[in-house]
Amino acid sequence: MESVLITRNTFKASKGRLQNPGDFLFKNLTRFFAALILVLVVLMAYEMMRTSALSWNKFGFNFFIRSVWDPVQDEYGALPFIYGTLVSSLLSLIIAVPLSLGIAVFLTEVAPRWLERPVSFFVEMLAGIPSIVYGVWGFFVMVPWLRSTVEPFISKYLGFIPLFRGAPYGVGMLAAGIILSIMILPIIASISRDVLKAVPRSQTEASLALGSTRWQATRIALAYSRSGIFGAVVLGLGRAIGETMAVTMVIGNRPTISASLFEPGYTMASVLANEFTEATSEMYISALVEIALTLFIITIIINSFARLLIWSVTSNERAQKA
Amino acid sequence: MKLSKIFLSLLVAVSMGNVVQAQLKLNGAGATFPYVIYSKWFDVYSKDNGVQFNYQSIGSGGGIKQTIEGTVDFGATDGPMSNDQLKEAKEKQGSDVLHIPTVMGAVVITYNLQEAGKDLHLSPDVLAQIYLGQITKWNDEQIAKINSGKKLPDKSIIVVHRSDGSGTTNIFTDYLTKVSKTWAVNIGKGTSVNWPVGLGGKGNEGVAGLVKQSDGSIGYVELAYAVKNGLPYAVLQNKVGKFVDASFESVSAAAAGALENMPEDLRVSITNANGNESYPISGFTWLLIYKNMKDKSKAQEIVKFLKWAMNEGQSYAKDLYYAPLPKEVIALCQKKIESIQTK
Repeated sequence: MESVLITRNTFKASKGRLQNPGDFLFKNLTRFFAALILVLVVLMAYEMMRTSALSWNKFGFNFFIRSVWDPVQDEYGALPFIYGTLVSSLLSLIIAVPLSLGIAVFLTEVAPRWLERPVSFFVEMLAGIPSIVYGVWGFFVMVPWLRSTVEPFISKYLGFIPLFRGAPYGVGMLAAGIILSIMILPIIASISRDVLKAVPRSQTEASLALGSTRWQATRIALAYSRSGIFGAVVLGLGRAIGETMAVTMVIGNRPTISASLFEPGYTMASVLANEFTEATSEMYISALVEIALTLFIITIIINSFARLLIWSVTSNERAQKA
Repeated sequence: MKLSKIFLSLLVAVSMGNVVQAQLKLNGAGATFPYVIYSKWFDVYSKDNGVQFNYQSIGSGGGIKQTIEGTVDFGATDGPMSNDQLKEAKEKQGSDVLHIPTVMGAVVITYNLQEAGKDLHLSPDVLAQIYLGQITKWNDEQIAKINSGKKLPDKSIIVVHRSDGSGTTNIFTDYLTKVSKTWAVNIGKGTSVNWPVGLGGKGNEGVAGLVKQSDGSIGYVELAYAVKNGLPYAVLQNKVGKFVDASFESVSAAAAGALENMPEDLRVSITNANGNESYPISGFTWLLIYKNMKDKSKAQEIVKFLKWAMNEGQSYAKDLYYAPLPKEVIALCQKKIESIQTK
């Protein structure tokens, strides 16, 4: 019965005769919704380019390599903000990726059933906490702890490395990296877990049957799902780059570039949140919008780069299989 | 029977709601600092006079922008509009914009230095040098000189400032610009500036939080915020050389002290004001009113409200931690209010 229906419908469509009006509506409505996204992105880019034209005309490409940010003199440069965004996000990945992979592997390969469920639930719950809550916790609990305990300890034993030099303010790049890593951990962990779960049972069983240890079997599973895990990491990175409130509260908001992780920094998202409401001069607004545009472009670059990587990994696999 | 009664009363309520809606509604937007007293004023005033107010505290910059664009009936700001902005508003709205001071606020220097205890003394020069990064230790002899008898430890000074654009920063940097040549030349004044040193905290609470946490830190917050939260703040040396504690009286005194140099349009910074009792980092907050409003019935209501704010309204100030305007300034304001065209 079903197959008869389908052939009749396709027959009609292929002949170009009257389509079912519901189908027609459905197709075009969804097409319209999909196009809407594209239009929105283009419109946003256009609007940002239009508003930032003033700043672009004045500073040109130098905007991206200048370190001065002076609203009084109307002199702007985005380098410290770009640096702050990239370094804090990178730092958060360095901390979060091994942790979340560990969690994902534990949940799929090691944990007994009765433990897996509640742990997964809590990990996913972390993802649902609003960022301002992380910010407040970071500011009132984590920062004082970093200042009084962690940073003095690190600088005592590792102070010879420029990365860990300077006064322990508590707030700074390190604090931003840690708070971001906590925020992106649930995303990376839960997606990696799903990806690892999707590894065919036969793969693991086959390697176990060949006499490999648990660890060796896990490594095979990890290799099998590396593109998915990479995707999870990129999603986490995306959140880290765009995160605003929590970072603003703990990074120290100082537009400087410094080798030490203890020193305060500033991110693109933070400066927008901080200064947009009170920006009055045309040039000031224009420079802030150009920062927004830069953030927009960097996000696009990172996402397309990630797509490309995933694509090349998966197409390699396909080639191998063939 | 019962249901129809409820229905009837609902109908009556809805129709009465319509009556209320038909009342005059005045839209305003701007500064966050006076938000508490403005909402109190609007609440009390509309109960007695039936005018509705809708005030959005979006920040001074936004208030000025909306006043220029004419999307509100009145604006509010902590820093006066510039000449260019006034010109733009006149071109776009066909009316001059008047600055009417409503209440006053002050910026205090809060600090965290257990050893020094309360009432740390600071002079304009020392304060400027701290924020310029030229004085970096608490036991610097310039600080010691004005704090005889206080124990000052060999600790680094951690400077804290606002990271978000704010009227508080505007008043503070306006003051530093007046008292320090170096500051005026290199940094200047504004809602955000290029700070030579220090950490940025978001909002009064962000600055106060950082100061509370960090031993040896110094920061600036609104007087109202400091009083409400019991923060310690420094005694500042004013223009005539006297050390003055920030209080409602010393803030009002600053306005009185600035009276002789008061410009006709009341757009005046009263930081570093003359007078024995003047607290040096004080400032007005203004309402921005169109002199020649298109809708005259609205203009009449605004005039009525402003007159009320200058008299009865002032009595609410102290309870809400704002300094009231001194009599002399109120007299000037009333003259301004009279000049609003209501016909």
